[in-house]
Amino acid sequence: MTQPIKVAILAMGGEGGGVLADWIVDMGEASGYVAQTTSVPGVAQRTGATIYYVELFPQAQADAAGGKPVLALMPLPGDVDVVLASELMEAGRAVQRGLVTSDRTTLIASTHRVYSIAEKSAMGDGRVDSNELLGHAERAAKRFIRFDMAQAAEASGSVISAVLFGALCGAGVLPFSRAQFEATIERGGVGVKPSLKAFGAAFARAQGEAEATHAAPPTPAPQPRHPAVRALVERVQRDFPDPVQQVLLEGVRRLIDYQDVDYAGLYLDRVAAVAALPANDGGKLLRETARHLALWMSYEDTARVAALKTRSTRFDRVRGEARVQQGQVLAINEFMHPRLQEICETLPAGFGRWLMNSTGPRKLVERMTQKGRVIQTSSLRGYLMLRTVAGMKRWRRSTIRYADENRRIEEWLARIAETAARNPELAVEVAQCQRLVKGYSDTHERGLRNYDTVMAALQRAGAAIAPATLRELRDAALADEHGHKLRAALAQHALA
Amino acid sequence: MAERSFVEEVKKLRLSGGEVFRGEGILAVTKALLESGVSYVAGYQGAPISHLMDVLADAQDILTEHGIRFENSASEATAAATLAASVNYPLRGAVTFKATVGTNVASDALANLASGGVTGGALIIVGEDYGEGSSIMQERSHAFAMKSQIWLLDPRPNLPSIVDAVKQGFDLSEASNTPVMLQLRIRACHVHGQFIAGDNRRAKFTLKEALENPQRDVSRIVLPPASFLHEQEKVKDRWPAAVKFIEERKLNEFFSEGADDIGIIVQGGSYNTLMRALERLDLADVYGNTKVPLYVMNVAYPVIESEVLRFCEGKRAVLVVEEGQPNFIEQNLATILRQAGSSTALHGKDMLPVAGEYTAAELLKGARTFGERYGRLQPLPVPAPVRKIIPLKAVAEIGVDGAPEPSEPVRPLAESVHARPPGFCTGCPERPIFSAMKLVERELGAHHVSADIGCHLFSILPPFNIGNTTMGYGLGAAGAAALNTQAGKRAISVMGDGGFWHNGLTSGIANAVFNESDNLTIVVDNNYTSATGGQDILSSKAVNATRSTGHEIERAVRGVGVKWVKTLRRTYDVAGMRDALKDALTTKQKGPKVLVAQSECMLNRQRREKPLVRKAIAEGKRQVREKFGVDSDTCTGDHSCIRLSGCPSLSIKPNPDPLRTDPVAHVLDSCVGCGVCGEVSHAAVLCPSFYKAQIVSNPSRWDRLRDGLRQRVIGWLQRGEAKRRAEYAF
Repeated sequence: MTQPIKVAILAMGGEGGGVLADWIVDMGEASGYVAQTTSVPGVAQRTGATIYYVELFPQAQADAAGGKPVLALMPLPGDVDVVLASELMEAGRAVQRGLVTSDRTTLIASTHRVYSIAEKSAMGDGRVDSNELLGHAERAAKRFIRFDMAQAAEASGSVISAVLFGALCGAGVLPFSRAQFEATIERGGVGVKPSLKAFGAAFARAQGEAEATHAAPPTPAPQPRHPAVRALVERVQRDFPDPVQQVLLEGVRRLIDYQDVDYAGLYLDRVAAVAALPANDGGKLLRETARHLALWMSYEDTARVAALKTRSTRFDRVRGEARVQQGQVLAINEFMHPRLQEICETLPAGFGRWLMNSTGPRKLVERMTQKGRVIQTSSLRGYLMLRTVAGMKRWRRSTIRYADENRRIEEWLARIAETAARNPELAVEVAQCQRLVKGYSDTHERGLRNYDTVMAALQRAGAAIAPATLRELRDAALADEHGHKLRAALAQHALA
Repeated sequence: MAERSFVEEVKKLRLSGGEVFRGEGILAVTKALLESGVSYVAGYQGAPISHLMDVLADAQDILTEHGIRFENSASEATAAATLAASVNYPLRGAVTFKATVGTNVASDALANLASGGVTGGALIIVGEDYGEGSSIMQERSHAFAMKSQIWLLDPRPNLPSIVDAVKQGFDLSEASNTPVMLQLRIRACHVHGQFIAGDNRRAKFTLKEALENPQRDVSRIVLPPASFLHEQEKVKDRWPAAVKFIEERKLNEFFSEGADDIGIIVQGGSYNTLMRALERLDLADVYGNTKVPLYVMNVAYPVIESEVLRFCEGKRAVLVVEEGQPNFIEQNLATILRQAGSSTALHGKDMLPVAGEYTAAELLKGARTFGERYGRLQPLPVPAPVRKIIPLKAVAEIGVDGAPEPSEPVRPLAESVHARPPGFCTGCPERPIFSAMKLVERELGAHHVSADIGCHLFSILPPFNIGNTTMGYGLGAAGAAALNTQAGKRAISVMGDGGFWHNGLTSGIANAVFNESDNLTIVVDNNYTSATGGQDILSSKAVNATRSTGHEIERAVRGVGVKWVKTLRRTYDVAGMRDALKDALTTKQKGPKVLVAQSECMLNRQRREKPLVRKAIAEGKRQVREKFGVDSDTCTGDHSCIRLSGCPSLSIKPNPDPLRTDPVAHVLDSCVGCGVCGEVSHAAVLCPSFYKAQIVSNPSRWDRLRDGLRQRVIGWLQRGEAKRRAEYAF
């Protein structure tokens, strides 16, 4: 006996789930079907996720049977023909709710991600592995049609609902022709042209026309021009094992940019010492230390930020992100809030220390830095100001901050060396603890505090600490801003 | 201006007899009101009934043509009291609000209305908010109907049945002199379907006639001895009249009555879901032809004894499908069957969940249990246990490249699917208020925060986690009333402008003045009752052709005697907000403090302004668009900014830096440039990664001249700097 066609749409606010449902209903009604749709709106409007549910039943069939179909207002798990999901985690939610079953459900989903608040607000990397979601969806569905629909919508200047509608047509699971689908969009009368373009592209994708695959471009061989740089590159290629070279070259590139050729040389000296450590782990310790050392040696100070903000490449990037078109004028405003401490740290050590310990001048600077400042980098005044600050890298080696950071780096390297002698796996974990120290101002201070706490715990534990425990402490330090998790983890391992 | 416009749809309200109406449930109800000859309609917005109010607001010309008065009531109590017009006069009236929140507020008026009874038909249309997306899901309007003796209609959720229920409801009300409640579940309100329209009817008796020829009848007023009379009338006259009417008009339905010796009794609202379950069990077909006899109660209260006994006659067992707890209908049926000496077994909550929404899956389970118990279904074979095999896999490690991609999922799906709690929209003016509260929390420590109902309640969720209790709409300040004593800290209350005018001005502010409270109340004034869909209220700035707006909250607050009042006209000024909060929490001045935080709801603002800006650009006018961004090379991936904001447009993306693994913050294209990102990064001293781009469309000559000069000089300096860097590049 004929069943209604059952379609569930999972979407978030502003993604046009309602529009898509209305399209399907309109297409059904125009093509001799009894169509019903309903939803629980409201929460979707304000960033929540919701399900729109549609049922279609052929009018002719109902007339022949002399009855009126009773259509349901919500999907029954295991009883859905098509699930449309506007985003990958929503596809996962459909699977979780049992709406996607391998005996009948065609799942049409976008593979792009709209991150959940939990993923976004993590202090480190809280993202869910897309492969997990894809794997579950693939296993649950009878057919799984997927591609990046956000990108497809963007490329056609349309919205994701039009892309989903095209993919639905291309999937060939509804008894309507392409002409009927397209006529529906035209009847809607809003944004018809871009919608049809998005529809067409999605139709082709769902029909199996593979997109031209962009293979990752092979990393070009380094071609240094400057003799001193060439020497460094050759040193990397000569003295270090192949799998680590890429990271080292990145490190060298960054540190030349950050300071100068000598500074990159110091980097390689330090890495060479690590390379000599006993570790039979396929270069893991070396690679991780090299990566984190480069990051630490290029710590963020005002000169660095100013340098990055004033580059032409950066101006171009902003132009792209803000989608500035021909004939439009762009202004870039920076939100900066340097405090007395950052200013003193960037000045030559003597001058910085004098300012820090003075009364009058210190008060003056403190008053001046009480409020954040907006600097327009695209104006001459703002640009020249930041360029001047960027130029202060000249005396970076003589600043208080440089001395502090170098002391910490040396201590960290010493600890890695000392640990590697006993337990190379643990040394890798020590190296990765650099990840705790990041950001600016309060964030940086908090990170440093956590790093010191974890290192102190390591010191106390001596050889008795397992690599997994250290990793646990590091993850705990990144779990919340107030250090509750870290304190709990320390107590649990009797390291408090 | 409401969030959704029904201007196009309301044209369907003009359809005349025989034409096919296609549309949403709510719109069908409005059409049914017009076809029933109502004289007045009133209500208070709130999901799922908001759209009904919005439809009515957009249909005012049609209502006026039919001589119908439409009131945006101040509260549900106001709406219910409006029905007083039907007490003395043959006027048909309808009011609407969400339930049970609304029935709670309205119950005083409802009790008095039901006591004296009505002459003209009085219909209370409640958006029954039970299940997914609801606020207080565990309560039902059913209890209110029973306690006040108001008849409760719960029609099958299809448009013809809903429309019929409206029309029959008025007749029933007049036949039994009793107000009638029509409950529509959220999905029924929004269901799209069709019905054959009838002609619109104009009331014979008008409001004007009532005003000019006042009638009074002291026996309709709730005062002894009349109130004692009402109690007797209710059971002796009105109830029997209602029963007779319901029986005669066959409001309840019997399907396949004699087909079997078991049967199901179901409330109309659950009929479609039950039918789907029976159909999946092969006990019915898709057209509703069922092998199991059904008694569909389109009238949930009163229960018609004669019909129940008729249905149960000769049946071994019946199953009652009644959502929610307590099981009023089941108890009532048990009494009826017991007193009649019936031997029919009664099932209900023993086979269906005691609490929780009766979803299709739950009804499928319950119907299966019932069918199996009485041998109509074979038990499902028990599936053989599957041995779980955990595949051995190399797992990717943080910061370690080259680990294999998992092709098969290795974790349970639940770990990868996160909740998506509702939050503030992009650019919401309420976000900076709570960002400022977070900053104050850092300095002064945590405070007790009494929250209210409204969008601002999203503050209780991550990333803000602010708010200790919420006691009801407009009751934020009242919720902190007891916490008023000599202490080192003050309690903070939050109240929306909607809640303020609903009752907060008296229940919260005036109460705090009278009881000499020392607490702080923040009134979030975003120009609308935004959470219910952006309807205008007294303090709205919008010019509304049919309502009086522009009444300032600060004046009302001062009017009831508050001395310490501050109005912040731009909530996006996070530092200013922080300082004002600190001041209110630390000032030596005694007495209640009120901080009015004003900025327009961004959802409404964008809806209004976007088309205007597009038009202006097309006309060649100079327009400045602002958008925030994050420099991914200075962002270190700590995401403090996200934890202080939670803006949907502030997200993350993979780190483009080959040496880093933590994702960087990223501003999506949906950014409306509200400025909070910049303000927060300043006020919280976060990081220098935020920038604000100002894009000028149709720049003036001066814009172009200045830009040209800047580009030449800065470009020349940048080229020089790039050349120096290129020397060392490889």
